[in-house]
Amino acid sequence: MRTGRRSGGRNHNAVHIKRKHKSTMEESPLHPFELHNWIPISLGGLDISINKAVVIMWVVVSLVAVLMVRAGSARKLVPGKLQNLAEIMVDFIRSIIMDTMGKAGMRFFPLIATLFLFILFCNLIGLIPGSYTVTSQIIVTAVFACLVYGLSLVMGFFLHGIKFLGILVPPGTPGWLLPLMVPIELISQLARPISLAVRLFANMTAGHVILGVLFGLSISGGLLIGWLPFAFTIAMNGLEVGIAFIQAYIFTVLTCVYMGDAFHLHGHDEHAH
Amino acid sequence: MDSAAAALLGMGLAAAGFAGAGVGIGYIFGKMIEAVARQPEAEARVGKYMWIGFALVEAIALYGLVIAFIIMGLRK
Repeated sequence: MRTGRRSGGRNHNAVHIKRKHKSTMEESPLHPFELHNWIPISLGGLDISINKAVVIMWVVVSLVAVLMVRAGSARKLVPGKLQNLAEIMVDFIRSIIMDTMGKAGMRFFPLIATLFLFILFCNLIGLIPGSYTVTSQIIVTAVFACLVYGLSLVMGFFLHGIKFLGILVPPGTPGWLLPLMVPIELISQLARPISLAVRLFANMTAGHVILGVLFGLSISGGLLIGWLPFAFTIAMNGLEVGIAFIQAYIFTVLTCVYMGDAFHLHGHDEHAH
Repeated sequence: MDSAAAALLGMGLAAAGFAGAGVGIGYIFGKMIEAVARQPEAEARVGKYMWIGFALVEAIALYGLVIAFIIMGLRK
């Protein structure tokens, strides 16, 4: 009883100190992700104000468009640097689609390529100090995930009709297991868009929070010890560039896998692998 | 214990879930090295699945982080 009370008191003290420390020294780690309206616009009760994320998205879209149009406008037999880069990218996205959806999926190439390039450039541009990572807002990633998953559902019902509901029953399930398997498969289907959205959002947010915390340590460490976290910051920045590529790749691959599931119900058609 | 202290403890416990992801990432890369050591020509094909698995495991760790953020938003 007594020890319990004492430890409780100590905890309270610690929290008190921490709070005071927090209000004077540092802000919440999520502070850099807050958005403030630059130009408030309201359209019939709908908030379409212009803020930093919107501007960065415009920058990303124009950057991708200008790069790709310039790469594609002067095509040569022996490609230059820009054309080479674009060709590698197209080849890469094509191989993702061919591996997961097969030849029939190539008609979704424009959608998949746009998604990949937009997410990749959003992730990369957020690494520039002073810029903003648009994909660290869950609404952005959630819209993409819902769009992609909704498209796969619409496509599945369009191609297979009511038989598409068979996606809830894994092939070879004995009849008496159906009451168990159908709810499990339903939950795993419904978790797809959520996990797709949260994965990208959480990776981007966590990466930037870690960078911020490390850099804060190097400032508070002073010259004597501060160089150590600073070196870690540089290494983490390199890792973050890799994460930006991997997450864009994962989002694209999982998009293709989900759409491929809708294409070839249970994969009994000719499948790439 | 007041609720602020409980929130701090909860945030720490949510971060403890990262241990599982550490085990998972260790498995993935260890098995990848094993596979490539046995069959070096399979590296490109195995590598693709390794990165997918890596991202899936890492995402599970980050769900813990999201829960910590939710607790942070709920306190006070």
